[in-house]
Amino acid sequence: MRVTFPHMGQLSIPVKALFEGLGHEVVVPPVTNKFTFELGSKYAPEFACLPFKINLGNFIEALEAGADTVVMGGGVGPCRFGYYAQVQREILQDLGYNFQLLLLDPPGAGTKELSKAIKLLAEAASPGRILSALRLAWVKTRLLDEGNRLYRMQAPYILPDNTVRQIYGDFLDQIDRENRVNRLLKIYSTFTVKINQLRKEVKPKPVLRVKIIGEIYMVLEPKVNFDLEDRLSELGVEAHRQISMSGWVEEHLFGVFFPHHAKRRKCLAKPYLSAFVGGHGQETVAETVDAGVNKYDGVIQVLPFTCMPEIVAQSVLPEISRDFALPILYLVLDEHSAEAGIHTRLEAFVDLMARKKRARDLRAKIM
Amino acid sequence: MKKRLYLGVDVGSVSTNLVVINEQGDVLEKLYLRSEGNPIKSVQKGLAHLGETIAKHTLLGVGVTGSGRQLIGRILGADLVKNEITAHGMAGLFTDPTVKTIIEIGGQDSKLILVRQGTVVDFAMNTVCAAGTGSFLDQQAGRLNISIGDFGAIALRSKYPVRIAGRCSVFAESDMIHKQQMGYPLEDIVAGLCEALVRNYLNNVGKGKEILPTALFQGGVAANAGIKAAFEKELGFAVKVPEHFEVMGALGAALLVRESKMENGEETSFRGLRLCEAEIAIDSFTCSDCPNHCEVVTVLIGQERISGWGDRCGKWQHLAKEATG
Repeated sequence: MRVTFPHMGQLSIPVKALFEGLGHEVVVPPVTNKFTFELGSKYAPEFACLPFKINLGNFIEALEAGADTVVMGGGVGPCRFGYYAQVQREILQDLGYNFQLLLLDPPGAGTKELSKAIKLLAEAASPGRILSALRLAWVKTRLLDEGNRLYRMQAPYILPDNTVRQIYGDFLDQIDRENRVNRLLKIYSTFTVKINQLRKEVKPKPVLRVKIIGEIYMVLEPKVNFDLEDRLSELGVEAHRQISMSGWVEEHLFGVFFPHHAKRRKCLAKPYLSAFVGGHGQETVAETVDAGVNKYDGVIQVLPFTCMPEIVAQSVLPEISRDFALPILYLVLDEHSAEAGIHTRLEAFVDLMARKKRARDLRAKIM
Repeated sequence: MKKRLYLGVDVGSVSTNLVVINEQGDVLEKLYLRSEGNPIKSVQKGLAHLGETIAKHTLLGVGVTGSGRQLIGRILGADLVKNEITAHGMAGLFTDPTVKTIIEIGGQDSKLILVRQGTVVDFAMNTVCAAGTGSFLDQQAGRLNISIGDFGAIALRSKYPVRIAGRCSVFAESDMIHKQQMGYPLEDIVAGLCEALVRNYLNNVGKGKEILPTALFQGGVAANAGIKAAFEKELGFAVKVPEHFEVMGALGAALLVRESKMENGEETSFRGLRLCEAEIAIDSFTCSDCPNHCEVVTVLIGQERISGWGDRCGKWQHLAKEATG
């Protein structure tokens, strides 16, 4: 089996480790690029959301590169993602590709497809090997998430010194290449030492704190959100996000062992949105409330055009924005979005927050 | 006596505007020039116009805004390069401190800026549709064979504006043609178009936002009395058009650079009036110093390579820093 899967931020690093650990050959799709956008939007239905189109583009490029098995996630609830794998399979078959699609539905969606997928993926490996592959993938996922968090906290202070970018880039490369758990932990601790050292060398400066919320794919994939996090780091903004790869795995695959995610979400969102609306709609509301309570300078919601759960959440956000005097920027993106427009909005939003903060500090001083 | 001046430049899609203000923020000179696809030329033309004033007095800072701000900012050696939302907000607030809503419609985009207690709290820009912006109005005036300058006056003559489909500029146009073929009078069609465009703006840009008086209407389209009247009819309160409505972006840039200079007191990095005469060329190439193969754009003033961007490593951007000191 030559296995492929869709990109989503750094997801390819742990997933590649997992499938290779299970004894498969892995075809990582080419990094999402101009052609991925073109292929995806050409063959996808016009009103499917951008993640659907980019996934499809990734699959086509990977199948062209010799993959014969596509592994795709599924979902439950009102978000259309739950049905994407099936539609993508039909489209790819119509295009004449010869492949099998393995569907990793979360346990809530029934176990028929899931058990079939697991059986095929794991049949060649011994239980010990399966366990160590899972462990390796999990360690990589956690370290990537933690590394990103640290980088986003410190980079705005250190930039425009480009060394910090280099260090982060090297860290990602090393995590990708290394397959021994103890070495991985070492790479991570070296990385934290380097970043913290750089931070100590620069003068402290005022930065803003922003929380990124919205649909998970758009939040995690820099290729579709116009490098949102990098852009914020450059503009002197600490970008925080609750949404992460490991968070998703904990909540959606092993929710029984990690009940605090769901509890946090329901608790925070309750005064504004008590129902599950699919996708990350309720998270979006919950994290906006959290940003308000913890006095963030602003919130940026990123969603694909036509995303149903996020539109439901969006209609609630103005109320939270009023209650906490919390500025919110809405970025609705698809393949037609233009970079200049997004950057102008981001820059203006950062100005807005900075001026608001300055006025507030001034008032506090006078009082 | 030598006055201390600030220059603001707004490089937009349709027009390039320059404003000179004094330390109090009063507008001493303003210029509204058509960009005609060559913003560098129009800025040079503008500078030549203002040359006398600038040479006589002391220029303390230059601020640039608009869609061409990066390029022009590098060429001028600007002290401050800002997005047009912040610039328009600043100018609106300075013109009328009681302002709560700023409606700005320019050549190709339209914005809504909400202000509360003296700070910008929210904004929106048109995303999916350019109906109602200056370029579209220009086009329609051309098609109806009237001058864009008369557009507003004609609209105001109408008593019974016809209803025109305004959701999409293409459909608005075909609906307009249809109404023309049906024999409706010109002024009713023009007024109907104004109303359709205002509805489109309020639905697209103003969606879900609280639009309160005092509202300022700025940008080139504010010259159109028909659109202003349509806004007032739809909103139910008077909309003010400030004196310098057509150059508010440039005014904002000048005010912003004034603010930053008053804080830091640094000398201006403006390259000087020699720019009016200089031969300015743009050169783009693929840098092959590393595997990234970045598309680098650089600007040449005379023989001197002053600035570059598009590179990931920062090598060409540093060139700019060394040159401007």
